[in-house]
Amino acid sequence: MDIIVQLIVSFFATAGIAVIFNVPRKTLFHCGFVGVVGWLIYYVLTEYGMDVVNASFFGSFVVAIVAHLYARRFKMPMIIFIVAGIIPLVPGGMAYNAMRNVVEDDYLQGLQYGLKAFLITGAIVMGLVFAEVFMQLIFRGIYTSKMKIRKVYKR
Amino acid sequence: MILQEADNELTIDCLLLAGRIMIESGAETYRVEDTMLRMAQSQNMLDAQCYATPTGIIFSLGKTQPTRITSISSRVTDLQKIALVNSVSRRLTSHIITLDEAHDELKSIQKTNYFLPIYMQVLSAALASGCFLIMFKGGWSDFPAAFIAGGLGFLVLVWMNYLTKVKFFSEFTASLIIGLIAFFAVKSGYGAEIDKIIISSVMPLVPGILITNAVRDLMAGHFMSGMAKGAEAFLTAFAIGAAIAVILSF
Repeated sequence: MDIIVQLIVSFFATAGIAVIFNVPRKTLFHCGFVGVVGWLIYYVLTEYGMDVVNASFFGSFVVAIVAHLYARRFKMPMIIFIVAGIIPLVPGGMAYNAMRNVVEDDYLQGLQYGLKAFLITGAIVMGLVFAEVFMQLIFRGIYTSKMKIRKVYKR
Repeated sequence: MILQEADNELTIDCLLLAGRIMIESGAETYRVEDTMLRMAQSQNMLDAQCYATPTGIIFSLGKTQPTRITSISSRVTDLQKIALVNSVSRRLTSHIITLDEAHDELKSIQKTNYFLPIYMQVLSAALASGCFLIMFKGGWSDFPAAFIAGGLGFLVLVWMNYLTKVKFFSEFTASLIIGLIAFFAVKSGYGAEIDKIIISSVMPLVPGILITNAVRDLMAGHFMSGMAKGAEAFLTAFAIGAAIAVILSF
């Protein structure tokens, strides 16, 4: 039940952000779906006890893969689908806690939260880059195998 | 010969306009350069050179024509314009439309405002803030506070951007308003956790597109643009953080 609520809520949150960034109207639903997939992976992994850094990596990895597929299908730049999808993964809570502890003169604790936020950002970035390279390799593999099959047929 | 030179002028105008719209709407610089060079090659300009940064584009056609520069000072996030320019460039490179048609289309794209009306944007920002509250494990009783804070914060952001044109100031004021609303909501008993309300209401202001673009530019080898966009993202994050710190220190 909890998961169903999270699914609905993350769809509306991502679609709302997508409206602010003014994505093309017909892709609004798909942007929401990208956000749902990313958040679902992140939520389930953290519920099962995985560290938030690793969970952010896998979340953004899946976001970028789904965005890549949509970008190919709609023949639109990939960024349209990525941007709204990674917003839920951004470590707003960590950055807030860091700021709060710094204001309360607890610099050590603040530094700890700040470093964690930095690590999460790095994990999101790594997820995006790895997914992009991964998809390029896959599509190149499909292309070359098609070419090989064609050559065999010509003979 | 003269005819051909006039033709080149139109092509360069068209290319620079396309690049300008893309950068002004927040596209990655490596993609802007790629698009412009593809369009140039489809017009038989095989040795064209292009250098794009978030603040300007330099385009050269080789020896015969003077190099052209266009400078850009304001950038917003408008993904629809990026998609539209992308489709124009696709059709131009596959010779479905002519250069004149492409130029006219780009001009009308530049003039048109594709954003939804303000109240729709504010409503969606408010809805997103409320939903983020539930995602961050807040209680449903805080939903109205986050809804109002997120919507009003975004409204203030747009209004201040319109009044002052200083991005840092408008982001600072918007998060200040969000913090104040959350503070008074908790004081008067309409909200329970000030942390969750503030975090979720600030989400629509987070510079998501800048971070993504900065990273993708860095990975594509455009270090100047990547660092510049990273600095812009850091400024935004700093504005939000400073305003929240002011609220929390009371």
